[in-house]
Parts: sequence; structure tokens; C-alpha cells
Amino acid sequence: MTAVAAPAGRLVDHFETGLDAPICLTWELTYACNLACVHCLSSSGRRDPRELSTAECFDVIDELQRMQVFYVNIGGGEPTVRRDFWEILDYSVAHDVGVKFSTNGSRITPAVAARLATSDYVDVQISIDGATAEVNDAVRGAGSYATALRAMERLSSAGFSDFKISVVVTRENVGQLDAFKAIADRHSAQLRLTRLRPSGRGADVWDELHPTAAQQRRLYDWLLEHGDDVLTGDSFFHLAAYGEPLPGLNLCGAGRVVCLIDPVGDVYACPFAIHDAFLAGNVRSEGGFTTVWRESELFQDLRRPQTSGTCMSCSHFDACRGGCMAAKFFTGLPLDGPDPECALGHGESLLDLLGERDLPRPSPDHSRRTPAPPERPCVESPLAGLDLRISRDGR
Amino acid sequence: MTFDLERPWRLGPQVALRPEPFGALAYHFGTRRLSFLKTRKLLAVVEALSEHPSGRDACRSAGVSDEEMPAYERALGTLVRSGMIVERQAR
Repeated sequence: MTAVAAPAGRLVDHFETGLDAPICLTWELTYACNLACVHCLSSSGRRDPRELSTAECFDVIDELQRMQVFYVNIGGGEPTVRRDFWEILDYSVAHDVGVKFSTNGSRITPAVAARLATSDYVDVQISIDGATAEVNDAVRGAGSYATALRAMERLSSAGFSDFKISVVVTRENVGQLDAFKAIADRHSAQLRLTRLRPSGRGADVWDELHPTAAQQRRLYDWLLEHGDDVLTGDSFFHLAAYGEPLPGLNLCGAGRVVCLIDPVGDVYACPFAIHDAFLAGNVRSEGGFTTVWRESELFQDLRRPQTSGTCMSCSHFDACRGGCMAAKFFTGLPLDGPDPECALGHGESLLDLLGERDLPRPSPDHSRRTPAPPERPCVESPLAGLDLRISRDGR
Repeated sequence: MTFDLERPWRLGPQVALRPEPFGALAYHFGTRRLSFLKTRKLLAVVEALSEHPSGRDACRSAGVSDEEMPAYERALGTLVRSGMIVERQAR
């Protein structure tokens, strides 16, 4: 992102108070997934029977078009398992809403790759979490590395350049950054690194998998060295307290410039905050997404400047702005206190101080109870895919 | 490509503008890059480009003073380099 012409004050101040429409929006189309990654942000696995219908998805896209949202990041679950996925993609592009979708690559056939290569309005992001099968498959499941690499080969043979390779940085793969970059370069793709969040199933593995303080420092240096060549989706702005800021907006955009629409139409402040505490409303309600975005109490609240908390007196507050709201929430830290991965170590000290405590659990958990899915839902049972459990809040 | 105030310009064919209180967001669907136009006046200039025979005329029509002209020339130069605006054939 580049900023043009200086006169009118700091951009970040405008973003902090929120915009009439999100700059970018994540839309998880389904909780169904053929993988069961240990750190899945959305605790995906089984389809939710209340999933938005095709027509309801089209309505959302119509709204996004009216709000001039340039593009959506579509994810899941594995979005391509929806039968109407390509239809939704085409409808979006035809309505001036570009699409970047995240996939594990399992449905990127040569024909699909050829088709994707023809559109400027569709971008693809293939996820891997290790530069070797060993490291990747430990997190994403057996065979997932080979599947992802095959998809990359297909996209690059079809002439799709600049697709994204998305990596969640962990303690196990942080030593492979150069190898990831090499994989991206080999496929004329762009590397995207994001932060491991203690959200969804990520909460269960965060303690073992999040980078150590020393690893974070090396990651920061590596990111500075690579600048705009490596995308981060503003993931590591909490590391700005090490010194100079990384490329990007360097603020928490939750409810201000970004948000999440989940498969059943629930609107959350950000993709890492799927919890009732960050639920702003539902696109099915009167006034739709527009009203949720512009009027929900939660979002209004998030757009007010932070005025309290221990971070306010820190000389680095202007750089890191207290870090990631979701990371704090799911590690049981106060939202106006330090990020658990605070570059100055304040988060770690506070975690030690607090010791054993009850942590909030992600609200809807769609994890499969058995690791491997049947080939087709009906192989298992005529009711497979129907979520008959009663969730805690009685929905 | 560099920006020349005396030549005719227009918004890039794959670029969308979204006005905002601070100026505007510009998104390029080809490069998938987002840029920020940090003043409403710069937005007015960009919107006026296609209706004027030169960049300078577009700037003047949007109320850019002679003193401000160098800053706007630089800003437009940045937009040219990112493909947000492109040169058009003179009528």
C-alpha cells in the first residue's frame, strides 16, 4: 500500500475512527473442510446447516458492490467445497467486487488453474505451513504439502503469476523463511506471511507453536529486509516496537477497516475473533451488512480511541498500538494491556504473572469429531453434515 | 513512466476510486494494489484528468494553486508509477 500526497494529517487517525465501508473484508463461505489443521482460526471441519444460500450470498455481494468494497478475501473452511463456489465467484466479479480466495489446493485441477489464469479480478492464495512436507504436514495433515505444491505447479503452468503462497509463521517453520521465499519465486508467486493467532483451534496449540521472542526478532529483521516483496496483511504490526514500522497500516483494523462475515452470515470484528464478544450482528438481519457495519454498538465502540490501560504510558505505544485484540483476548489478557507477543516482553511477563486461568473458547466449534471425512457425506449417514448438536448458548 | 503536467491523463482502466472523508481509496484490480489519495483536492484532480487537455489544466480546475502545483505533480507521479493513472491520446 502506498500513500500519496501528505498534507491532511495522519491517515491512521482516519482509519482509527472507521470508514463507511471496510477496505477489505474476509468472508468465510463455509465451515466445511477436507483438512483439519491444528491451528485453524475458524475451528472448521463440518458444514453448518444454517450456511448462507447462494441467493443470500448474491445479496451480500450486491451490498458490497453498493458500498464499493473493492475485493473480498474468501476463505473457510475450504471454500471450494461449496457446490456454488464458482457461481459465487463469477457473480462477485461481474458485480465489481474482486475476489482473493484461500485454498488448500485440493480442487485446483489443471482446468480450474487455466480458468483462473484468465481473470484479473480473481487472486488465489494457497496455504502451506512448512517449506518441507515434514513441517507442513505436522500442522495441516498428511499429504497436504504435496497437494498444495501440485496446485502451485498447476497455477504456474497455466500462466497464473503473482498468486499468493500463504504461511502462518510458527516456531517450527520460522527457520524456513528463505525456503518459503524460494518456493514462491520458483512459481512466480508472492509470499505472504501471517501471524499465528490463539484463535479457534489455534488456542490449543499456541503455547507450543507461537514463535519465541528470539525468533520474533529474527522474523522482524527478515521482514524489514524484504519490505514490500513479502506480504503480511499487516499481521506483524505489534513488532513495530522493535524499531521502524513494517510496511502497512500498522494498526488493528478490527471493525474499523476490516471485518469478517462467517458462513452463517454472522459479522465479527475480524477473522481472528470468532467469539460472541466480537459479534456485531448478522447479514440476514434488517438493513443487512451495511447496517451492521455502520451502526453496530460493538463497531462503534472499537472505533473510539483507546484512552486507558498500561500500554498508554509506554513510549512505544505509537508504534505497536497495543498489538492484536484477538491475541490478547484468547490468551486471557486485558484488551487495553500488552499483546502476548509484545516486543518488549510485557505480554510474556503478564502471562507469567497471571498463571493458570480460564481462557475464553471460540464460540462456534465446527471441528470434526473424527479426523478423516468420508468421501461423500451420505457414505457415512443420511444426516451427515447436519449439525444437530445444541451449542452452549442454546442456538 | 513519469508524469508530465503538460500531457493528457486519465484514470487507469482497471482502477476504482472510492471517495473518503480524507480523500479517496484507489484500487488497481490488475496489480491488486491499494493506494490512498490523501486529500479531497487530489481526488478532484484525478477525477478531472480525463476532461482536460493536460494534467496542469485538471489541477487548476480542481483549485490547485501555483504554490501547491509541485506537491501535486509529485503525488500524480506516484500514481503514474503505480498504474493508477495513465496517459491518454490527445483528442
